[in-house]
Amino acid sequence: MSVTAAAMAEPDHTSLLKVTHLTMRFGGLVAIDDVSFVARQREITGIIGPNGAGKTTLFNCITGFYKPTVGRLELFRDGKVAYLLEQMEGYAIGQKARVARTFQNIRLFAGMSVLENLMVAQHNKLMLASGYTIFGVLGLPAYRKAERAAQEKAVHWLERVGLIDFADMSAGNLPYGAQRRLEIARAMCTDPTLLCLDEPAAGLNPRESAELNQLLLSIRDEYGIGVLLIEHDMSVVMGISDHIIVLDYGKKISDGTPAEVRNDPAVIRAYLGEEEEE
Amino acid sequence: MAATTMTGAKPAESVARIAIKEALLTAFLVFMLAFLMIGFRTEAQQGQQLSYVTRFAAIAWGIILVPLGRILLVYNRHGRPMPALIGGGLAFVYLFGGALVAILFDVLVIPFNDYFGEAAGASGIPLPFADPIVDGVFGLGALYLVILALQTMRHTAHGILTLEQREAKEARSATRAKQLSLVLGPALLALAVVLPFTPWSDRVLVETMTLILTYVMLGWGLNIVVGLAGLLDLGYVAFYAVGAYSYAKLSTEFGLDFWGSLPLAGAFAAFFGVVLGFPVLRLRGDYLAIVTLGFGEMIRITLINWQAFTGGPNGITGIPRMTFFGVPFDRTPEEGTQSFHTLFGLEYSTMHRILFLYYVILGLALVTNFLTIRLRKMPIGRAWEALREDETACRALGINPTNTKLTAFALGAMLAGFAGSFFAVRQAFVSPESFVFLESAVILAIVVLGGMGSQVGVALAAVLLIGLPEVLRELSLYRMLAFGAVMVLIMLWRPRGLLAHREPTILLRRGSGKRPQKAGATT
Ligand SMILES: Nc1ncnc2c1ncn2[C@@H]1O[C@H](COP(=O)(O)OP(=O)(O)OP(=O)(O)O)[C@@H](O)[C@H]1O
Ligand SMILES: [Mg+2]
Repeated sequence: MSVTAAAMAEPDHTSLLKVTHLTMRFGGLVAIDDVSFVARQREITGIIGPNGAGKTTLFNCITGFYKPTVGRLELFRDGKVAYLLEQMEGYAIGQKARVARTFQNIRLFAGMSVLENLMVAQHNKLMLASGYTIFGVLGLPAYRKAERAAQEKAVHWLERVGLIDFADMSAGNLPYGAQRRLEIARAMCTDPTLLCLDEPAAGLNPRESAELNQLLLSIRDEYGIGVLLIEHDMSVVMGISDHIIVLDYGKKISDGTPAEVRNDPAVIRAYLGEEEEE
Repeated sequence: MAATTMTGAKPAESVARIAIKEALLTAFLVFMLAFLMIGFRTEAQQGQQLSYVTRFAAIAWGIILVPLGRILLVYNRHGRPMPALIGGGLAFVYLFGGALVAILFDVLVIPFNDYFGEAAGASGIPLPFADPIVDGVFGLGALYLVILALQTMRHTAHGILTLEQREAKEARSATRAKQLSLVLGPALLALAVVLPFTPWSDRVLVETMTLILTYVMLGWGLNIVVGLAGLLDLGYVAFYAVGAYSYAKLSTEFGLDFWGSLPLAGAFAAFFGVVLGFPVLRLRGDYLAIVTLGFGEMIRITLINWQAFTGGPNGITGIPRMTFFGVPFDRTPEEGTQSFHTLFGLEYSTMHRILFLYYVILGLALVTNFLTIRLRKMPIGRAWEALREDETACRALGINPTNTKLTAFALGAMLAGFAGSFFAVRQAFVSPESFVFLESAVILAIVVLGGMGSQVGVALAAVLLIGLPEVLRELSLYRMLAFGAVMVLIMLWRPRGLLAHREPTILLRRGSGKRPQKAGATT
């Protein structure tokens, strides 16, 4: 297992994110323990592991919500290191490095309409177009054009996730599955290069879950971005991931293609071990 | 009460047991809290000495009455509201009945006071404990009991609402608020414009309306900070003070007139907003509230202590009065200059300036309103609201929370600065006394009562909260009590404010707009 891991960890021109020796401590608890891996463009990288394995913490480090205790997070653009994420402010990771994410416990702007949620996602672009609000207040045509373009993008994504009929409704009034889809649409409206999805299939029924898989595959293929996908359930993630990383108690225990991971004795032990505890 | 099985519902005895247990605990708490706070009241005597009066009787009554109320409350909680309703009602009538009669008498009969001779004036309002605080606490407690009992009764009558029923109810009330705003907004505006020319308008009414409009403007300004950006600012009055003192200093020392110093006053206030905001806007919720509260007090104390610059507690007097864009409203203009009435060939009247002031604040308030409406539809306005909804999600979308909050804070401060300049020019006098915490609290109350984010609601709340105490001025001491009671009642009646509703800033107007079915996407 460690052999494949080492092989996968060499960056090249398809690399998107390289994580090196990432460690995150909370007091005495080591939530992430010396994890290294590479995620690539146009690939879905699945991250699996039992409860409390450190998956969400990994996302929080990548998106700047936590400052890692140790480690390096390099984001590549055109095969070269463009950003060191561990040194950036949280919002700048979204704004400049264009890493977008969704949350395990959905975080929509519940009181705002579905369409507004997607407009807020395009804030930085619109802010520039509105001349930091001044041209916007004056109603200059350049801003109005930018806003129309932003609305078109939002409409495009609402059509993609099947929410176009509910554009003017409060996001908080959507049913659960629709909220999950809206959150993905919102992340996509930021034009990300890396999309981090934290258990997007949680709480979905089998049909919704299958539709979600289709959506993720098309995001990968049409928009050519990299996806980091946290998934609790191994069987779901096996189907669509190009590459899987398995965490257990903060440590990376396996790294490889779905077939390799499935047959890895360490993974089987971790998952069986968990079952024994339950 | 009758048949209780071993595993069944709670037997009636346990309600009584709970009631007695809670009553004893309450009695203990009342004793601990009231002994020092109510038991002794310090009074300043002539020779600078403090003496105190004891109010042990009030404590004794408290130890008897409050646990009794608690018992009624426990029964109410277990589905038996009748004792609370009757007990609370009787107590309220006993405590306030006399006062209510006297107040009604005052308000309705005062015009005939001469006829009645020495009739009950405001000072003669009968209260059983002869102490507005003690009576007020007991009275509000009794009122609270009655309201809770009524709520229980309504619940048992209608059953508990399902989630969908409640959503539908909220949607209905939002729609109603929206329709009402659509009618009320233009109506109030039209009324405000023509009011000075209506037959029942007089000097007092116009001056009261000027005061109300100042608070409408402050409410709308604070609404950007609290209603849109969701930042709880308890020190808003500080920026109002900065604006007022800016005009006072600029006019008395540099000879700038109102219109010249208005932009500067706004800029100073905004600058203070940024200076304060930068370090503290990282804090969330309660912490921000506490720091802003402290900042408000700091500014006031600086104004008191920086004698050389601010005139200390005496403030700044002789501030130049409002001019008609440079033309004074004097009765006798200086040689070779014009005055407002000579310019327009009018008979001199003190009302000219008062009317002009009224229209200036109306104009300023309307500018604030239109600015807010416009900004809400801008990216920055949407970011403010998004920040209020979920700061974490904003950060994940690449929105810089500190900058976004700072703009809201600075803009709100600037508008307060404008209002402060207006206050200074209207009064021709500023002193720290005008900028106490209570002012911040009143402005915040206007925003909250109006329904956060609702422009018409804020205006309505300002009319109510500023106008009402003016009307109730007769009641002197009891004014704040009545004010508090009205606020409590409004919050019970409309917990989200008078006209709470939110319109999306952008509409697609496509599709059914109905709640989608459980089955999801069609991709
Ligand atoms: N802010 C924090 N402070 C302290 N401990 C934390 C913090 N965040 C996470 N942890 C701990 O780190 C460990 C990993 O948590 P994490 O949420 O990353 O797990 P996870 O893999 O996402 O689990 P799940 O599948 O339940 O979502 C847990 O033991 C958790 O309690
Ligand atoms: Mg998690």
